[in-house]
Amino acid sequence: MTKRGNIIANTDWITVGLYLLLVIGGWFTIYSASFDNPSVSMFDLSERFGKQALWIALALLLAFVIMIIDAKFFSAFAWWIYFFIVFVLIGVLLFGKTVAGSKSWFQIGSFAIQPAEFAKFATALALAKYLGKLNVNMGLLKTKLVAITIIMFPSLLILLQNDTGSALVYFSFILVLYREGFSGIFIVLGLVVAALFILTLLIGKLYLISGLALLALLVIWVSKKARKSYKTIILLFALSSMFVFSVHFAFEEVLQPHQRNRIKILLGMMHDPRGVGYNVNQSKIAIGSGGLTGKGFKQGMLTRYHFVPEQSTDFIFCTVGEERGFIGSSLLLLTFLALLIRLVFLAERQRSAFSRIYGYGVASVLFFHIAVNVGMTIGLMPVVGIPLPFFSYGGSSLWAFTILLFIFIKQDANRLNVL
Amino acid sequence: MYKKDYSSRKYVIIFIFSMILILFIVKLYYLQVVENKYSTSAKNLVIRTVTEYPMRGLIYDRNGKLIVYNDAVYDLMVIPRQIKNLDTNEFCTLLNIDTVYFKKRLKKAIHYSRYKPSVFIKQLSKDEYAKIEDKMYKFKGFFVQRRALRKYTTPIAGHLLGSVGEVNQRDLKRDSYYRSGDYIGKSGIERFYEKLLRGTKGTTMIQVDVHNRNKGSYQNGKYDTLAVSGKNLTLSIDADLQAYGERLMQNKVGSIVVIEPKSGDILAMVSSPGFDLNLLIGRSRSKNYTRLRNDSLKPLMNRAVMGAYPPGSTFKMINALVALQEHAITPNTKFTCQGPESRPIKCTHHHKTPLALNEAIKQSCNPYFWNTFKSLLNKPSLGGTHNAYEKWYNDVRSFGFGQKFNTDIPFELKGNIPSRAYFDKVYRGSWNALTVRSLAIGQGEILVTPIQLANLVAIIANKGYYYPPHFLKQADGEDSIVAKFKTKVTTVVKPQYFDVVQHAMRDVFAMEHGTAHYYEVDSLQQCGKTGTVQNPHGEDHSLFIAFAPYKDPKIAVSVVVENGGYGSKWAAPIASLLMEKYLTGKIKRKRLEKRILNGDLIHHKKK
Repeated sequence: MTKRGNIIANTDWITVGLYLLLVIGGWFTIYSASFDNPSVSMFDLSERFGKQALWIALALLLAFVIMIIDAKFFSAFAWWIYFFIVFVLIGVLLFGKTVAGSKSWFQIGSFAIQPAEFAKFATALALAKYLGKLNVNMGLLKTKLVAITIIMFPSLLILLQNDTGSALVYFSFILVLYREGFSGIFIVLGLVVAALFILTLLIGKLYLISGLALLALLVIWVSKKARKSYKTIILLFALSSMFVFSVHFAFEEVLQPHQRNRIKILLGMMHDPRGVGYNVNQSKIAIGSGGLTGKGFKQGMLTRYHFVPEQSTDFIFCTVGEERGFIGSSLLLLTFLALLIRLVFLAERQRSAFSRIYGYGVASVLFFHIAVNVGMTIGLMPVVGIPLPFFSYGGSSLWAFTILLFIFIKQDANRLNVL
Repeated sequence: MYKKDYSSRKYVIIFIFSMILILFIVKLYYLQVVENKYSTSAKNLVIRTVTEYPMRGLIYDRNGKLIVYNDAVYDLMVIPRQIKNLDTNEFCTLLNIDTVYFKKRLKKAIHYSRYKPSVFIKQLSKDEYAKIEDKMYKFKGFFVQRRALRKYTTPIAGHLLGSVGEVNQRDLKRDSYYRSGDYIGKSGIERFYEKLLRGTKGTTMIQVDVHNRNKGSYQNGKYDTLAVSGKNLTLSIDADLQAYGERLMQNKVGSIVVIEPKSGDILAMVSSPGFDLNLLIGRSRSKNYTRLRNDSLKPLMNRAVMGAYPPGSTFKMINALVALQEHAITPNTKFTCQGPESRPIKCTHHHKTPLALNEAIKQSCNPYFWNTFKSLLNKPSLGGTHNAYEKWYNDVRSFGFGQKFNTDIPFELKGNIPSRAYFDKVYRGSWNALTVRSLAIGQGEILVTPIQLANLVAIIANKGYYYPPHFLKQADGEDSIVAKFKTKVTTVVKPQYFDVVQHAMRDVFAMEHGTAHYYEVDSLQQCGKTGTVQNPHGEDHSLFIAFAPYKDPKIAVSVVVENGGYGSKWAAPIASLLMEKYLTGKIKRKRLEKRILNGDLIHHKKK
């Protein structure tokens, strides 16, 4: 069939369209947020919006290149790419440049590049490569350990660069593992751990442990089945009590003060709108003042006059909220949701496990970024400095997300060639 | 090898994606649509309202003499966030403050806002400002805002002009025009005509960025307005006469009201002791205000409108006029007087008997007016004592007694004319002329204010009508207010009945045995009536009402000197000197003037 070989016909233009929509929307939003002088052109390279135009052009070029490379290249070279990135991450730790407390940048001439952004697609490739092998057995402990190592290794290196936000992104691969057969217990366990963590901070460890003890007794008393396995319940109780004690320790001793404060602000344990809570407070004011329909393009007074820090990068959602209002910002979120659901749909129609796993990797990473980034601007997540995919200002992140996405689009376009 | 199919797990994953993003949309709905505090917060952050204060209206007297004007003072403002490299020592030395005070003020400013300007030091004088003006560039974060303070060309008429001060919480709540720190008329004319005098503040809304830098006007100045100066007022008072009245009343407690009968213009209103309005401006206002408020002589009280006295003999003329009008007596009706032996009210004077009305007024004969009053209440055609009393009550009230004039006189009291219902209640319906006999001689339940007495004289001078006394003569473009004061009020008593009263009042000066004959000056043609009001707390109050000239009255005066003894002792000469001053522009009776000026009824009493 001629159709098989026709890359244009087989490309999923819906995904490409959503991508373009987001990238262009992001560019206009950056323009609106950093515009100061009406006589400056949208393409002026001395301004952020001008630079972003250049980054977008280069990203489209990258996308094009990926689309013409042989689809098998990425599965064939997955390990090479992964280890190359790991190597670069180590290099950054040794020779990198420190920006805002994170040693995560390479300076090449006037350009700075952030390797951590590119580690995401490399990790997704390696994970897909490993789990996509025909003979891999998900039930084996070894398989689980290798998969987790593939994920955690770059994450740890990034954590060492002091870029906590980017390191946390790797937790999103839990969704990929779940899809590939890891027990759902992991997700439930994750939720329980998060709940215990928050409850410990909010109500104190002693009350919480007493509550857990009561809960355990109640379960044993009510259910006959549970009474038989009372040992398990006691073990669970003991484990969660230990966890609760360690949370206290971890919170006070392991976390850095600014991280501790951000969590306290989020949980409402601390109120400091002029200090630690400044970003979130200003961000909520900007978004909240947008109302139903927003103040209009270039009319976002708070974002334009720099009342919201990082308004074209991590807090770019504020500009959308202020200028586009509830209608605009929910439309943006729905666009993201459409992209995520489309990616799941595409992943499921892949014939090869490699493509499917990679597809889920893309969706999971994007989801984590969107959830944490938007969540922090509206006060539902702690302040974690990670960008909003395709939207935030910045070359590294735009290119990294473009590569991440387009490798999958390419795999998808090539799916009919896979036997 | 068989591989389990986990593809149904995509639904779990899609569910997670959807749940989180829908949760965000719900939160956004709450932030943006439900909660509206964020819009306000946003405006507070971005928009600065720069206020341009209008000039408060000036106040002139009837002759165009400026009395109240404005003087520039300078508020030193601070924006704490903009303070940079401040040399605190130099700053404090220049302003003559210590560092403790500096820190206290700065803390207060920071507490208010780091970004918004607040007053650091209020009301620097021109001299203080001149000292720091050149060096202001050194003190980043501080700037000076010009404000206007009231100034007075002469320290007169404190009560009627009233003071201007900072708005209080109540003002702020009542009228959204005001912002904390604004000035408002606190009393007198300043308060009554606040809306005319204050003008309209101009506002300019500018947008600022996070560093408080001006980013241009908000919405192209859609909400900006220009300041409009307050209206200038011309008052009815004569500043020279007012000043003279205040001098005459120095060291005495009481009041003077002078009215121009033909217009109702208040020419002067003195309440003594008074106060100098200069004490109530600027930074020492609250300290001085407290001192004045706690003074046992109540200098802040305007006795001319808030002092209520029994009118005593001055009221006899009303009883005469009402009785004439109701045909209870004629000018020729004679009654006998047994002097101190008279019952139920004795007479304190020695005179011929029987006597007619003219003589009775001159002699202030109590029995005569008791008989007059009795004849009125018992007059058969009036339908019984109670109905006749009601007639009397309404006739008296047509002279303006027992009610407010409701013009522009601040804080005036109604006084009291007891109603029929009042006596019905007190005496359980069983009362007659004898029961209420004190009313015949202006004692008992009757209370009048000095301004009502002055108005009574004006009515007598006009033969039966008056214009409600008022202060405003002219205000730019506000003719409707002034027109309101040109409504003539006619009493029930016909003009012809006034002749006998006027003539008798003229005789009080002109005839040898008249109570004010000592103060007669032929050319002035003065007419008057003394009143001596018994006072349970001390010496009698000295009352005098007068008008002049007899044939063409130009001035009506009431004078009350508390604890001044006989009306002829203090009140009559003060009224007479005022009439001389107003009618001739100068005082010939220097010895009399000197006696009054030196008269001290306050410090003498305290000894």
